[in-house]
Amino acid sequence: MIEIEHLKKCFGENIVLKDINFKVATNEVVVLIGPSGSGKSTLLRCIAKLETTNEGKIMVDNVKVTDPTYEIHKMKGKIGMVFQHFNLFPNLTILNNITLSPINVKKVTRAAAEKEAHELLKMIGLANKADAYPSSLSGGQKQRVAIARSMAMHPDIMLFDEPTSALDPEMVGEVLSIMKMLARQKMTMIIVTHEMGFARQVSDRVMFMDGGKIVEQGRPEQIFDHPQHLRTQNFLSKILV
Amino acid sequence: MFDFNLVINYLPYFLKGIGYTIGFSLFGIIFGTILGFLICLGKMSKMSWLSLPFKAYVGLFRGTPLLVQILVINFGVVPLILGQSNSIIAGILALSLNSSAYIAEIFRSGIQSISEGQGEAAATLGLTNTQTMLKIILPQAIKVILPPLGNEFISLIKDSSLASVISAPEVTYWAQAMNAQYYRVWEPYLTSALIYLILTLSISGILHIFERRMAVND
Ligand SMILES: Nc1ncnc2c1ncn2[C@@H]1O[C@H](COP(=O)(O)OP(=O)(O)OP(=O)(O)O)[C@@H](O)[C@H]1O
Ligand SMILES: [Mg+2]
Repeated sequence: MIEIEHLKKCFGENIVLKDINFKVATNEVVVLIGPSGSGKSTLLRCIAKLETTNEGKIMVDNVKVTDPTYEIHKMKGKIGMVFQHFNLFPNLTILNNITLSPINVKKVTRAAAEKEAHELLKMIGLANKADAYPSSLSGGQKQRVAIARSMAMHPDIMLFDEPTSALDPEMVGEVLSIMKMLARQKMTMIIVTHEMGFARQVSDRVMFMDGGKIVEQGRPEQIFDHPQHLRTQNFLSKILV
Repeated sequence: MFDFNLVINYLPYFLKGIGYTIGFSLFGIIFGTILGFLICLGKMSKMSWLSLPFKAYVGLFRGTPLLVQILVINFGVVPLILGQSNSIIAGILALSLNSSAYIAEIFRSGIQSISEGQGEAAATLGLTNTQTMLKIILPQAIKVILPPLGNEFISLIKDSSLASVISAPEVTYWAQAMNAQYYRVWEPYLTSALIYLILTLSISGILHIFERRMAVND
């Protein structure tokens, strides 16, 4: 599904990703952890083609994302991305936030797009908010809508960049439970999160990043209970107390 | 001292002048907005060879006096294209080109006021740049763009008086004509000042109502 080889990314002089290599299989849920500034967001943004890369390649379903001539919109929502700050479109209703892309990119009829949007809204427990505007929603509700908006494009993979970090604590659960549901539905996902309990529960694999490198990866029990590297141990001991 | 009869005698000319003043400003703001938007897009291009000419254009029109632009366009550019000078075309052209440079900056700051996350979310959903601009960015930026665009229209009403130097028959032109005919100073120029004041105050009144409507819709 995703294959990354020798990926290198610089911001000016600053090398942010150094020789990243990994694969993600279809239906796999990978959780990415690591200290602030280790390059987690940058890695997700490179996969989503929101950043250009310097060296190496990223293949998504045999499409070479890192090809400089490849434009992001040609992916047609195949790689869904959920952002820390939701990025809902404030000028559109919740329903239109969800249907905008199916109608304009996939050329689905409005009726079909709205039917599916209503189903998605029911699934995330916001059936009564179709005609509301994003400004009237809580953070947790906004993030659930953002997930539904990506889902409407039937992505092959979903990338989550700290989807609950901007939320009040009481709203974290409602977003995580939607993500757990996606994991049960066998959605392929890469998730950056600091919610270690959740990570242990949903992930097939945990990758620990530090200083632009993947330091260690493995089954969640293995990484959380028996981390091999000192840097992983230090990071986890700080976060799990 | 102030002879109202003279003003009343000249009223038909002033009315005609008002028509031209409003016409110049309206055409100026319409063409200026269309052109300004395109210049803004060009100027914001990530490819520097593409953005450079647009930056130069904005620099040129903002860095030279409008009066000089009007003279160059009336006596140079328009005769070159049409074979003869035409003060009305020259006036509209100069005001449009000049205001487009300012309006390009208005669009730029409006577009840049929208967070980058909006464009990124749209891109990951597969929307093209054009779709993103039309459906996401502009509808949000318009709230930031409209107030300074209204001010630009008011500036155009006042700046169009400079077209009198190329004998375009707007309000100031007729004030000067009246001055020459009667050898009077106060009647023509105070009348023209009052006309501009009424025009600009009514336009800013209309814009205020408009802005308040938009704020309510938030
Ligand atoms: N647009 C940018 N321009 C320049 N430097 C950047 C840019 N984005 C990120 N960086 C730098 O790249 C490095 C990695 O940043 P990144 O946001 O990927 O880290 P992160 O692991 O997501 O951290 P956090 O947990 O704080 O979100 C940091 O040193 C950051 O300063
Ligand atoms: Mg980050």
